[in-house]
Amino acid sequence: MKYASLKKTNLNNWLEYLKKKAKFYAPRKKENLFVFRPVKDVADICLEYIPTILPPKKYYFPQKERLLRFRAQPFKTAKAIDKFEEFILFGVHTCDIAGIQCMDVVFRDGPEDPNYLNRKDMMTIIGIECLKYCDKYANCASMGNHIPRGGYDLMMVDIGDEFIIHINSEKGEKLVKEVDFIKEATESEMVTLGRIREEKNEIFKEEFYASLPKVYESFDKSFVSEVWKDLGKKCVGCGNCTAVCPTCYCFDVSDEMELNLNDGLRYRIWNSCQMDDFAKVAGGEDFRKGRESRQRHRYYRKFKYPVDKFNRYFCTGCGRCTRTCMAGISLIDTVNALTPVSID
Amino acid sequence: MIDREILLEKMKTSPYKPMQGKIIGSEMLTDKEKIFRIELEDKINLAHEPGQFVMVSIFGFGEAPISVCSSPSDKGYFEITVRNVGVLTDKLHKLDKGDIVGIRGPFGKGFPVDNMFGYDIMIVAGGLGIVPLRSLIRYIMFHRNDFGNVQMLLGCKTPRELLFEVETKDWMRRAEIKFNCTVDTGAPDWKGNVGLITTLIPNVDINPMRTYVVVVGPPIMYKFVIVKLLEKKIPDHQIIVSLERRMKCGLGKCGHCQIEGMYVCQSGPVFNYAQLKNFKGECHEKAI
Repeated sequence: MKYASLKKTNLNNWLEYLKKKAKFYAPRKKENLFVFRPVKDVADICLEYIPTILPPKKYYFPQKERLLRFRAQPFKTAKAIDKFEEFILFGVHTCDIAGIQCMDVVFRDGPEDPNYLNRKDMMTIIGIECLKYCDKYANCASMGNHIPRGGYDLMMVDIGDEFIIHINSEKGEKLVKEVDFIKEATESEMVTLGRIREEKNEIFKEEFYASLPKVYESFDKSFVSEVWKDLGKKCVGCGNCTAVCPTCYCFDVSDEMELNLNDGLRYRIWNSCQMDDFAKVAGGEDFRKGRESRQRHRYYRKFKYPVDKFNRYFCTGCGRCTRTCMAGISLIDTVNALTPVSID
Repeated sequence: MIDREILLEKMKTSPYKPMQGKIIGSEMLTDKEKIFRIELEDKINLAHEPGQFVMVSIFGFGEAPISVCSSPSDKGYFEITVRNVGVLTDKLHKLDKGDIVGIRGPFGKGFPVDNMFGYDIMIVAGGLGIVPLRSLIRYIMFHRNDFGNVQMLLGCKTPRELLFEVETKDWMRRAEIKFNCTVDTGAPDWKGNVGLITTLIPNVDINPMRTYVVVVGPPIMYKFVIVKLLEKKIPDHQIIVSLERRMKCGLGKCGHCQIEGMYVCQSGPVFNYAQLKNFKGECHEKAI
């Protein structure tokens, strides 16, 4: 079975089933925004949502993660986590799935990071395809992430009274086959899916003035640019943009001692290249001085460096950095400022 | 298994888990710098390349990248020299023989010694730059007949800050290393040069095509030294530098050491100037 069909009236039954399978995280409302949370009551789950405040990276790359357990004297140390827990991420947008794919590439690139990879092995991703824009901040169509491009176990598409579920892994297939109310998709349902995808083409249009290769080209030429000076003037250096980015993974390592001052834990903690001490060495030299160059670094880490290294853009188009910026820095505007219409 | 394989295996299973490193000797070199001799668990050799670094940790205080200053030809132990500048290094300075530290590594790319075989070598060291260079100098001393003429220019702020003074004199005596030293500010008993290290370069006698110049020092030094070296017509890929950056993982992940798209901990810390000169503006060491 490649495509399955789930009647919306059966959605809650399936959710109840999934909830029992493993630790189960899904989007729900929080004040006027949305968050991924562990699910207690399936009625809380909200599938019509704009990108959550934090991407689901908090589950596969935790904000504060135990790396080591140690004893100072006598010297002893061991991995802090031996076994990771099975978990299901439910209702993940395609932009966030693209984010997971980016992180995979980074942590698989040698030397591998076993903490990330072992945790990731325990993750099941059930996505949901967006059929309309979340809001004006998204640039998923320019990044090509408005349509599913793998990276999930199951992908749901709302076709009216049913969800069509694309089965993309054995792990996913099991979750569909084990319940009797999910059937193989019929031919007419597949026709509807095709029609919806076509309609989607009319809704999602590239948000950048220029095509992605042109954007890359402009980054190649724009290391020195007034655009960065402007960003430097606006930016308040809070680091929100990197915290909410599904492909930002910079971290710090720090130790916490117990009260006996002998036993403790070594953690890795999210860090941000927007912090002013991020590239400062003990002698005092700061290798990335000024918000202007730190903002530029952030953009280059999305549109240039990873393209050179992994042939992959690290902007997923989710729009979170723009949505969260206290200074009103817009990713779409910034990229457009670098790529005057004339070059396309 | 050879030592390098054992280390790689350990790294693979848990790259963040330090090995036990026992301090088997230590000595204050100046007011601020202390050298430590460290023996790894099971007496395995660090099997490093000259110029590589290790992550040194003291539980509860943290972890920092530190250059190895001994040569791989010094078997059974390795050495680090540490300046007391922060919380971790201050704690490190309080440790002595018998104390244990955590060691991860070795990390990064060292000096390209294989490419340097048969060439004349000029070493330019500024301040603490002599520390990583010591691993190379000791390596060259051990394989002295593999290299051509060796000369060294050494600069620091005042004579009091000269590191490895006794050792340096010994190198000069034993193996015909031409040696020239300068300080920014002299002292009453100082008989050597006074002035910046760049002033020594125009007068050195070198055949540019046959010479590798290895420069290590504070960021500001590189710009000026490299200009002088380029004036001397040293080819870009024969100018070798080692860069200092903030590092938290050593694995090309944490992001702190990045120069534009390059992770210094994995692609460096040793670079040749041909690599450096393509950086657009984030490399403070690039010649102006």
